[in-house]
Amino acid sequence: MTIYLENARLIDPEAGTERQGNLILDGGVIALVDALSAPKGARVIDCGGKCLAPGIVDIGVKVGEPGERHKESFRSAGLAAAAGGVTTMIVRPDTDPALDTPEMLEFVTRRAASASPVRIRHMAALTKGRAGREMTEIGFLLDAGAVAFTDCDHVVTDTKVLSRALTYARSLGALVIGHPQDPGLSAGAAVTTGKFASLRGLPGVSPMAERMCLDRDLALVEMTGVRWHADQITCARSLPALERAKASGLDVTAGVSIHHLTLNDLDVGDYRTFFKVKPPLRDEQDRLAVVEAVASGLIDIISSMHTPQDEESKRLPYEDAASGAVALQTLLPAAMRLYQSGHIDLPQLFRALALNPAKRLGLPQGRLAEGAPADLVLFDPDAPFVLDRFTLRSKSKNTPFDGQRMEGKVLATFVGGQQVFGPDQEDAA
Amino acid sequence: MSFRARHLLGIEHLAPDEIRTILDLADQYVDLNRRTIKRTDALAGMTQINMFFENSTRTQSSFELAGKRLGADVMNMSVAQSSVKKGETLIDTALTLNAMHPDLLVVRHGASGAVNLLASKVNCAVLNAGDGRHEHPTQALLDALTIRRAKGRIHRLTVAICGDIAHSRVARSNLILLGKMENRVRLIGPPTLMPAGVAEFGCEVYDDMAAGLQDADVVMMLRLQKERMDGGFIPSEREYFHRFGLDAEKLAHAKPDAIVMHPGPMNRGVEIDGTIADDINRSVIQEQVEMGVAVRMACMDLLARNLRAERGRAALETMV
Repeated sequence: MTIYLENARLIDPEAGTERQGNLILDGGVIALVDALSAPKGARVIDCGGKCLAPGIVDIGVKVGEPGERHKESFRSAGLAAAAGGVTTMIVRPDTDPALDTPEMLEFVTRRAASASPVRIRHMAALTKGRAGREMTEIGFLLDAGAVAFTDCDHVVTDTKVLSRALTYARSLGALVIGHPQDPGLSAGAAVTTGKFASLRGLPGVSPMAERMCLDRDLALVEMTGVRWHADQITCARSLPALERAKASGLDVTAGVSIHHLTLNDLDVGDYRTFFKVKPPLRDEQDRLAVVEAVASGLIDIISSMHTPQDEESKRLPYEDAASGAVALQTLLPAAMRLYQSGHIDLPQLFRALALNPAKRLGLPQGRLAEGAPADLVLFDPDAPFVLDRFTLRSKSKNTPFDGQRMEGKVLATFVGGQQVFGPDQEDAA
Repeated sequence: MSFRARHLLGIEHLAPDEIRTILDLADQYVDLNRRTIKRTDALAGMTQINMFFENSTRTQSSFELAGKRLGADVMNMSVAQSSVKKGETLIDTALTLNAMHPDLLVVRHGASGAVNLLASKVNCAVLNAGDGRHEHPTQALLDALTIRRAKGRIHRLTVAICGDIAHSRVARSNLILLGKMENRVRLIGPPTLMPAGVAEFGCEVYDDMAAGLQDADVVMMLRLQKERMDGGFIPSEREYFHRFGLDAEKLAHAKPDAIVMHPGPMNRGVEIDGTIADDINRSVIQEQVEMGVAVRMACMDLLARNLRAERGRAALETMV
């Protein structure tokens, strides 16, 4: 079906502009930007002057299939993504068992495609079982559709194993994603070290654990020449190393989660386990430093780091509670805090949310250009609401934003020219 | 009376006048405890449950005795640590207890914040008897009472807290309480056992006993918590004693009338020399045990008064 989106505030992250305009979607792609009138027979949608941007490409989403389907299925994650303006989910391999064989990748790819209203692409484990001992069949996994390779928060400690895996990945042009956290220094940590950790009597990790691991990883990237992405840079101390690596021409990018951009360690307050994420929330100076790094482009990608945990995993003493927060549906309104506070404009924001992750993964999404996939989000950046976690479409409801006032509402989401979320189509999927 | 809290979960939320209220009442209970008949009916008709997820004979006995002397019906529950590692058990246990309508719940738990979690699930007053590395409020209050009785005041003193600060909830509660009462607090210990950012609490941090103890009024030793150490925090116990164990030579740097405290149980020859611990002219360790019962009586009495008042208000509202 041809769709004519009129009277929209077009957010173009590639051109770095926002302007009023109309768009024609046809054949699953953006057929025409700045169209003057609706084609004959087209469905006309009046955007009412609200923002129309490329759909979010969320790098690093955890879905509970296989192993923890009670926490999140492809179906529930897909519905949450559609409601959050996420049109492509890049799913992590930290499943149970880990996603580490081409057969398994093919199986989950089929399941995901049939269950989810939004696009799903998979990352595969870098080492078998994420155990850090033997590399996976990187070539076969690439052929089966893996877009990147990562052991997630299981940092490969054996540098010999890691260097071989990176060398092999480079020969295939594969992207490797690292989690820069020194596993020894961060073992057992629940919060970031500092006055708050001491006051609450919780075991902490120094931000230096991130810097140390980042330095190691960057040295190995320099040695092997691999395409590499740091999943979460959360501390001011990590930024100079990242800057140096980029300046020296290494093929390196970095990301940060929306939680580290919008919350700080004091939010944990009185042992609120929904604020327990990995790495732990940092102090306000670190938060502001990474926000600036996103605005300057030093940090390339903002992700949800969606990590569903059921009530039983969170209703525990803080130290024992599971880490992670759901964020597919809250990513965009939370990101609006950066926009509302004046730290970042909307084209910059969608560079980090959509264009950069798509480019890094070699996907055609993330652009508002003719011929690009018609994956779009229509949203009102100023619409206020109070978040009730039980309205989230994820199976798990562990969001730190529960009860908080937020601004920014997704009005409609399109994937391949099909509307998968919207007022007329609450459950279009 | 100036004590408004529903629960006593830590020192952090107590105001200085609330601390003074507790100590003043505890003074009265010290007198009562020294009489032949050591009973009042302050908690008559009330049920006190002591729920200890971590073993502690001394603290549990102190709370049990305190409750019985106040006339409460006291029940002790020791819950094996292995069964409560699964947090559902903790909350389920709380809900089960709640159904039994206790009035006071005294809880010790190995995880920081576990008592706060439990307090949010029950209708009675909850008293923290130590949670993880977080707080141990009655220990800090009994230490304050001991100091006040020995020194005649609980402000403008120089107090040195020495040893395993990182793993100590006693240190944390004392640091907060002594700071609130305008004392000069020094923390002394190896840097591996000193929590990060602790200087931001307004205390002075030392890794040298001689310097840290200089002219101190109070020397508070802490137990080396070997059970909480999963890595090499110190090279050996003998080196630890050499550098941080309290002996006569190190104590000589403090004021001549400085008192020596220890929350117990002591590792003699590790953090404190036995002769110092037993020196009745310097050590107030036995007084701390005595003050413990009185302070716990005072805390439970005050919590019970608030609980009765709250229930009275609720009953009135129902009638209206």
